[in-house]
Amino acid sequence: MDYERLLCSTGPYQGEILRASDLKHPHKIAWIQCVGSRQVIEGGNSYCSAVCCTYTQKQAILTKDHDAGAECVIFHNDIRSYGKDFERFYERTEKLPGVRFIRSYTSIVKENPETKNVTIRYSTPDDGVKEEEFDMVVLSVGLNPPADVLDLAKKFGIKLNPHDFCNLNPVNPMETNRPGIFVSGGFQGPIDIPESVFSASGASSQIGELLDYRRGILSKERIYPPERDVSKEDPRIGVFVCHCGANIGRIVNVPETVEYCKSLPNVVYAQEQLFSCATNSAKEITDMIKEKGLNRVIVAACSPRTLEPLFRDTVREAGINQYYFEMANIREHNSWVHSKEKEEASEKAHDIIRMSVARACHLEPLQEFDLPVNKAALVVGGGIAGMTSALSIANQGHEVHLLEKDTELGGIARRIHDTLEGLDVQAYLRDLIRKVYQHPLIHVYHDTTITGATGYVGNFVTKVKSDRGVTEIKHGASVIAIGVDVYKPAEYLYGEDDRVLTHLELEEQITKGNEKVINAESLVMIQCVGCRNEERNYCSRLCCSESVKNALKLKKINPKMNIYILFRDIRTYGFKEDYYREAADKDVKFIRYEPEDPPEVKAVKDGGKSILKVSLPDYILGQKLEIDADIISLAAAVVPSSATKEVAGLFKVTLSPDGFFKEAHVKLRPVEFATDGVYLCGLAHYPKFMQETINQAYGAAGRALTLLSHDIVIASGSVCGVDENRCVSCGACITVCTYGAIEFYDTPQGRKARVNPVLCKGDGLCNTVCPTAAISLKHFTDEEILSQIDAAVPEEEIIQKIEAAA
Amino acid sequence: MCTGRVDLEHVLRAFSKGVDGVFIGACHLNECNYITHGNYHALTMVNICKKIMENIGLNPERLRIRFMSGAEASLFVESVNEFVKTVKEIGPLGKVEGINKNALKAKLEAVTQLVPYIRLVERERLRLPFKSEEEYNNFFTSDEFNKLFNELIVEKLAISQITSLLRERPLSAGKISEYLGLAPSEVSRYMNTSSRQGLVRYDEGRNCFALA
Ligand SMILES: Cc1cc2nc3c(=O)[nH]c(=O)nc-3n(C[C@H](O)[C@H](O)[C@H](O)COP(=O)(O)OP(=O)(O)OC[C@H]3O[C@@H](n4cnc5c(N)ncnc54)[C@H](O)[C@@H]3O)c2cc1C
Ligand code: SF4
Ligand code: SF4
Ligand code: SF4
Repeated sequence: MDYERLLCSTGPYQGEILRASDLKHPHKIAWIQCVGSRQVIEGGNSYCSAVCCTYTQKQAILTKDHDAGAECVIFHNDIRSYGKDFERFYERTEKLPGVRFIRSYTSIVKENPETKNVTIRYSTPDDGVKEEEFDMVVLSVGLNPPADVLDLAKKFGIKLNPHDFCNLNPVNPMETNRPGIFVSGGFQGPIDIPESVFSASGASSQIGELLDYRRGILSKERIYPPERDVSKEDPRIGVFVCHCGANIGRIVNVPETVEYCKSLPNVVYAQEQLFSCATNSAKEITDMIKEKGLNRVIVAACSPRTLEPLFRDTVREAGINQYYFEMANIREHNSWVHSKEKEEASEKAHDIIRMSVARACHLEPLQEFDLPVNKAALVVGGGIAGMTSALSIANQGHEVHLLEKDTELGGIARRIHDTLEGLDVQAYLRDLIRKVYQHPLIHVYHDTTITGATGYVGNFVTKVKSDRGVTEIKHGASVIAIGVDVYKPAEYLYGEDDRVLTHLELEEQITKGNEKVINAESLVMIQCVGCRNEERNYCSRLCCSESVKNALKLKKINPKMNIYILFRDIRTYGFKEDYYREAADKDVKFIRYEPEDPPEVKAVKDGGKSILKVSLPDYILGQKLEIDADIISLAAAVVPSSATKEVAGLFKVTLSPDGFFKEAHVKLRPVEFATDGVYLCGLAHYPKFMQETINQAYGAAGRALTLLSHDIVIASGSVCGVDENRCVSCGACITVCTYGAIEFYDTPQGRKARVNPVLCKGDGLCNTVCPTAAISLKHFTDEEILSQIDAAVPEEEIIQKIEAAA
Repeated sequence: MCTGRVDLEHVLRAFSKGVDGVFIGACHLNECNYITHGNYHALTMVNICKKIMENIGLNPERLRIRFMSGAEASLFVESVNEFVKTVKEIGPLGKVEGINKNALKAKLEAVTQLVPYIRLVERERLRLPFKSEEEYNNFFTSDEFNKLFNELIVEKLAISQITSLLRERPLSAGKISEYLGLAPSEVSRYMNTSSRQGLVRYDEGRNCFALA
């Protein structure tokens, strides 16, 4: 955490990495992983903190950004890159020049009193025990429960688990033992940001279930003053330049920039503000609009991504159409990245504002659309995710259509007997399914095929063939929860020899009490089959724990069985670490292999008996190891459902590189798609445990509810329009618009393209294919863009340039 | 707005304003924020534009597209720094290519005139089924594309440049070939075609060409 502060531009040395002892730049830095985690000693935590492996990689990457020549060494145990896209991140870090990952326990030997350098002792299979000196050592310390947790728990009367995190209900991890008190984020256990966000919006959905009867009674409708028609006036632009505290002001000369603004054409007013986003500043803007008769406003501050809505609202308050507002980003695009070049940064601020002023002159007033919201929801997929989401939405008074392509509800959980923590999955599932069938607002469709999906946020129409016949469902929101498939291995004799099973099949056989399995003398589990490779560059997250679970079960039934788990990294993150330790204590043998040299499996005859021979290198003893196995279980990868592509096409949503569905934002909007009104949960998003699935399913319900509880949604005014006189009916725009927003209409002048503004997403691709420039994206017209390009190079400069060139 | 909205005309305008290089940052291919995959269209546009730049005598390295995500700040910085370095090495627009300001203006103006036509060509002949940058780059350096470009664009481009030059003032064939850096034989071929199309005429008295 100290190092995180060092890396930060608001940190102790303004983002420079310096040693506190002598203020020197460290060039050789070591990270030691798992400090205080995965340890059963006084002061340590037995669990895995789940986030350190990845944050260390981030820190190494940032260190290399600061100082490309830096040497970074990471001493680790297992690398637990189990999250979405984490494996790629790991690979990227590993490939950076000067970054070394060393799998070794370490001890700190001494600090050199003169150089202040620190010596670390470690050992590698090749070189044995070694000592190495570093300029700086970063300890990747783990996560603890909050300091005053006991007090807090007592005050609220909530129970804690043995690690002093909140004691969770395994089938509703946001619930505490006290009804009405919910938990989200880090108090659930060591979890990362996306997980925290799921559980936060999930908890809010459950609170919604309790408080739904009071929804909306305290809210007041905003009333804006009538809009002044300024379209006939000459542009009168006001520019507000923000200091953003010191964020901008420390780098850019703000007062001088204000003076510069005043010299620009059509600018009638300019001033500086300390924080433009503060309430008093917003009031100042509205006041100035009225006082100076401004009809266009520019705020030169930060990214429009976060604050544009606020400032649009501000100009509306002054009776100006919100599309007359324009933001010039002089923070992210300028002061933050040019902190060392103050003068140039001020100049660049001028350039950016000058371009905005040029653009502002061409802005047009636009109207947004109020769309009615159909109150029903559609949930695709009847696994745990889909059912949980459906129930939460229905419990808040909305009708839900739940589509399952199978004949039964339950999904993959039907094949899982219990969890590591001992939850009886089948009993839970029966109860969940019963609740779904009994809910008067949930309509379940089995054997479904979706034959068509049209419409837009608040007003979708989905055509379905199912056991209810052919139906057309109208709904306001869609939740995608179609789960995954399990990889069918092509390696290790799977499918050729019936003693080779997947981990899931092994679980089924254990549950059935298959003699051959439970009486085996020797059983080998091979991890990472079908993923963490070039083709599927991700970790399936569940399989390490699944194998540990099966191993523990087998040891319980048959303690004499020899069980070997051949792994690359054991990724039993969080509290699951305790079960890994338990398995090791019960003499389950964990043997590491490298992907370059994977285990080999052969069926051989040995004295009339047919056995499976597994051979692999042993890195600790430095020789080839051979194991005779009666049964082999493969940790087969979790792969995107075969229906993923089709569903993505129907609901017009995007996929991540690994083929799972892609959320709108990994951290900020993890249960929504970029496509409005479509939400995501469960394995369809990425492999995850049931508890995580339930968190996310409630989360998706919560987000869907924010939409469904409104009577209208507002669609952007920045959409395309067609100038029918120029349209030559070539259809080029219709071909590229995969949103299906454009159609031909018959007019007296022939067929013309016309845009359905609520379907148009404003990407503008159609503009660049139209041969007659008939179709044009409002707010980003050619005129607006070209004026900015023209202003990018000020006239004098061009003249000088051309003269110099001539 | 998507990278797919970046138009050939926008790029040409920037060059005609005298900028020395244009950099386009787009989302990773196959990870379009929209479902329209506009970044592929941008890649096509960039490739065509580079070919045109080459044809009119500008260094095509002045235009670059790179694909990255919003979370890859370091990649962005690296790409931009690299590009700035390249452009500095190339030097000021027009000057290093030996094109004077009027000729440069006329050339870019001529290409801009052709934008609607180029869009038609793209739609009719350049709808590419590929799924990676590599396949695109292979296609745009292939003989197939070269042939298409020569067949469909080169002549139009030359004639458009000629009419654009003549809009300023009448010129002799020699001057035209000097301005455009074309062989006299090529120029006379284009002059024949364009006078047949009624675009230009030969002014016998002054021994030069003018707009019809
Ligand atoms: C090998 C393995 C072991 C696991 N072990 C554990 C464990 O020990 N502990 C634990 O907590 N979690 C475990 N899990 C995770 C747990 O099973 C999941 O978190 C949970 O069941 C996911 O539910 P889901 O609804 O997202 O997906 P699924 O259960 O896959 O449900 C998706 C549903 O959607 C349906 N569907 C698919 N396509 C369509 C379509 N086009 N139209 C309509 N319906 C469609 C499917 O038929 C299915 O019913 C394990 C998972 C796997 C794969
Ligand atoms: S076995 Fe599964 S969970 Fe374990 S590292 Fe491999 S892919 Fe990840
Ligand atoms: S591309 Fe342009 S001309 Fe062709 S149909 Fe669309 S709007 Fe009309
Ligand atoms: S901007 Fe995009 S969504 Fe809108 S009409 Fe054009 S291509 Fe379709």
